[in-house]
Amino acid sequence: MAETETARVVGIDLGTTNSLVAFMQGDQPQVIPGDDGSRLVPSVVAIPAAGKERVLVGNRARSVLLNTPDRAVYSVKRLMGRGVDDITDELKLFPFRLAGDIQPGEVLRIEVGGQQYTPPEISAYILRQLKQNAERYFGAPVTQAVITVPAYFNDAQRQATKDAGRMAGLEVLRLVNEPTAAALAYGLDRQKDGIIAVYDLGGGTFDISILKLHEGIFEVIATNGDTHLGGDDLDNLLLAIALDEIETEEKIDARQQPELVQALRNAVIDAKIALSANDSTRMEVALPNGQHYRREITRAQFQQLIEPILQRTAEPCRQALRDAGLTPADIGEVVLVGGSTRIPRVQQLVSELFELPARGKKPHTELNPDEVVALGAAVQANILAGGSAATEEMLLLDVTPLSLGIESLGGAVAKIIQRNSTIPASATEHFTTGVDGQTNVAIHVLQGERELAKDCRSLARFDLKGIPPMTAGLPRIEVKFLIDANGLLHVSAVEARSGKQAEIAVKPTYGLTDEQVESMILESFDNAEADFQERQLIEARNEASTILSAVEKAPHHPAWQQLTEEERTKISELVTELEILRDAGDLDSLRRGTEALDQATRHFAELMMDATVSSALRGETMDTADAKIGEGPAAPHPIAPADFR
Amino acid sequence: MQSHVQNSTASDAEQTYFDMFSLPRKLTIDTTALERDFYKLSRQLHPDLYARKSAEEQAWSLRQSSLLNDAYRTLKDPVARTAYLLKLEGIRMEDENTENQDRHAKQNRVPADLLEEVFELNMQLEEMRANLKMGEDDPALRGDLERAQVQFKAMLASVDEDLGRAWAAWDAAMDANDDAARGKQKDAMVVMLDRRSYLRNLLREVYGVLTSQGVVGEKANI
Repeated sequence: MAETETARVVGIDLGTTNSLVAFMQGDQPQVIPGDDGSRLVPSVVAIPAAGKERVLVGNRARSVLLNTPDRAVYSVKRLMGRGVDDITDELKLFPFRLAGDIQPGEVLRIEVGGQQYTPPEISAYILRQLKQNAERYFGAPVTQAVITVPAYFNDAQRQATKDAGRMAGLEVLRLVNEPTAAALAYGLDRQKDGIIAVYDLGGGTFDISILKLHEGIFEVIATNGDTHLGGDDLDNLLLAIALDEIETEEKIDARQQPELVQALRNAVIDAKIALSANDSTRMEVALPNGQHYRREITRAQFQQLIEPILQRTAEPCRQALRDAGLTPADIGEVVLVGGSTRIPRVQQLVSELFELPARGKKPHTELNPDEVVALGAAVQANILAGGSAATEEMLLLDVTPLSLGIESLGGAVAKIIQRNSTIPASATEHFTTGVDGQTNVAIHVLQGERELAKDCRSLARFDLKGIPPMTAGLPRIEVKFLIDANGLLHVSAVEARSGKQAEIAVKPTYGLTDEQVESMILESFDNAEADFQERQLIEARNEASTILSAVEKAPHHPAWQQLTEEERTKISELVTELEILRDAGDLDSLRRGTEALDQATRHFAELMMDATVSSALRGETMDTADAKIGEGPAAPHPIAPADFR
Repeated sequence: MQSHVQNSTASDAEQTYFDMFSLPRKLTIDTTALERDFYKLSRQLHPDLYARKSAEEQAWSLRQSSLLNDAYRTLKDPVARTAYLLKLEGIRMEDENTENQDRHAKQNRVPADLLEEVFELNMQLEEMRANLKMGEDDPALRGDLERAQVQFKAMLASVDEDLGRAWAAWDAAMDANDDAARGKQKDAMVVMLDRRSYLRNLLREVYGVLTSQGVVGEKANI
């Protein structure tokens, strides 16, 4: 099985609200369900009291969120790669409890369950759950993944996502932009050349990407967006109204009651969803004073309320068109991605922006907007794993969403790589000294479109050290900035006159150092004794499933007839026993049962070897002989892929 | 951000954007063919194709594909292509966005024949900005600026025409292997690019002022 393991790269959509893991099954990407059969894993992490039960993720964490909201974290994607001074607005609306001593420029720490976690650590729990779902499905370890990020994510937000993958034990082969992933999923079915736009309004982020499709090449021409604009913002509008009304009418300051806020949040989300299908809906939430908050909302009211937020998606669309040098009429197809695009007014707005009705067109909604990004990630994962017939011709050429610059004299920004440059992209800049004998040069790297450094996002400050002492202006330090295919920046430097590598000390703003990431991997293992137990059980179950499915095929092999009646009865008894043990939860007896069946089938495996190959292979057991028994499912999976659409 | 101090090999540094596409150092380029070759080379060099290869091969692919992308981006745009060629020919162009230390000095260097117009325009821009700050809008002043905008746009178009002729002349000099003619075109193009960049910055300023809705600065975030 060694070869298939390396090729088993999964695609992960790590979303603000929900996360999914998908895999290319034959020529179609498939979402892998969790053990509860659910395809979407809510991006909620519940942290139990220290040393108690294990960390919960997804639907299980969501029930914790309702009862003890201070133990659960959601929408953590909004905090990835951000600093304490960026998120003052978020804090008004989201019950994130941050550690009190965070300095500007430091990585955030969230306080939950009496402990502190950085946003990548919380995301790592979600990723680990997805990884386990996939492992359970394949019955084999999964160590490599493609993870999607909003196209408009900056370097710090991307790096934080990659760090989270590493903490979860995943090698992140590629970060793919969400709208681009969606385009891949759509493009798989209809390989048609032309210009398409992907409008992606998710739980917390908005992206617009314009792509040129040409003979399997997906070339992004322009991208734009807002990393803090999504369905969450719509919920917050409705929530604020409910909270105000409760305060005025019932004199209850609900904002101080996390459980009530959470109940109201769930109610407004339900209302929002209902209004996509109905003209009006009713909300009803029990209040602590025995009263009920009841409210009727019509779709017209809702649309009027959310219009200003939806309008914020218009300018990025126009900017992307300008950057691409195109007019709305040049856009052949528009693809809708993200749960918020189910809102009828969003679909209408998109149609208007791209002048679709005039051309007799409609935006594409054929693929489930919640799943399309994960499906596309699975396509890219397949491409990176070596490709298949379905993806053979496909190649994604993406761009960097934001210009890269360095701070120059007077606090201005010199742009060295323009936004919408195809990645990988590079720029080489030369620096020199201003004072005789100077051995250090400080460089400040920024990302953004504004003219002044203070208005751009600070990525890092570097010190070029070890410059040979020379007359001012004489050293020639060549610094190469390279943005890789993940949209991540790499920097290298050399002093041209001496040919010496200059030493770079990077101080990432809002980023974790390699050592910090490393320590967080270890810490999560230390804190996860219970997780480890369950993992072992999962692995033991997988092992049992593997041997059971092999034995199931055994009677079809001629060698089966060579066994004694006694041997055959023994085997089928052990099979029945192991099937029961597999569904029970005791690790030790499960392992013993697997071992017993393995022993009992050893003779059969030998006979089979004798019959088919050579006697040199003697000693092989059922487990390893499996591959030679013949056609069967590629890998055992306890639950077949479900379809809940 | 990751810091990777790595040796860039000499062969990478010596490969020009023209080499990447096996093109001569000429300024007239068939962009359709360029795009086709870009796609073809992308299918050979892109990091996606090296995801399962050794670290060395991955590093090679990263260097090569970034060079390819940089080359394509530069060559497909005629002005960037010209600036790049002049740089290869040993002329240090202060192009629009890099080499910032010199940028402001550069911007202030007004082409001699434009001194008068630019002086007047700057006065008008200043006045318009002051008005906008007070929430006022003087239609006469706006009209002046709009006329100036038309005038400078025409100058930009005329530079572009000159550039077009210079490209043809450069290519002819390349074919004829005429060093003197090449030198002459080189000098002419440096002046044209400087003028072009100056005019563009000016137009950007005028556009900014004309489209500004009063208060200049950040839009309120909801």
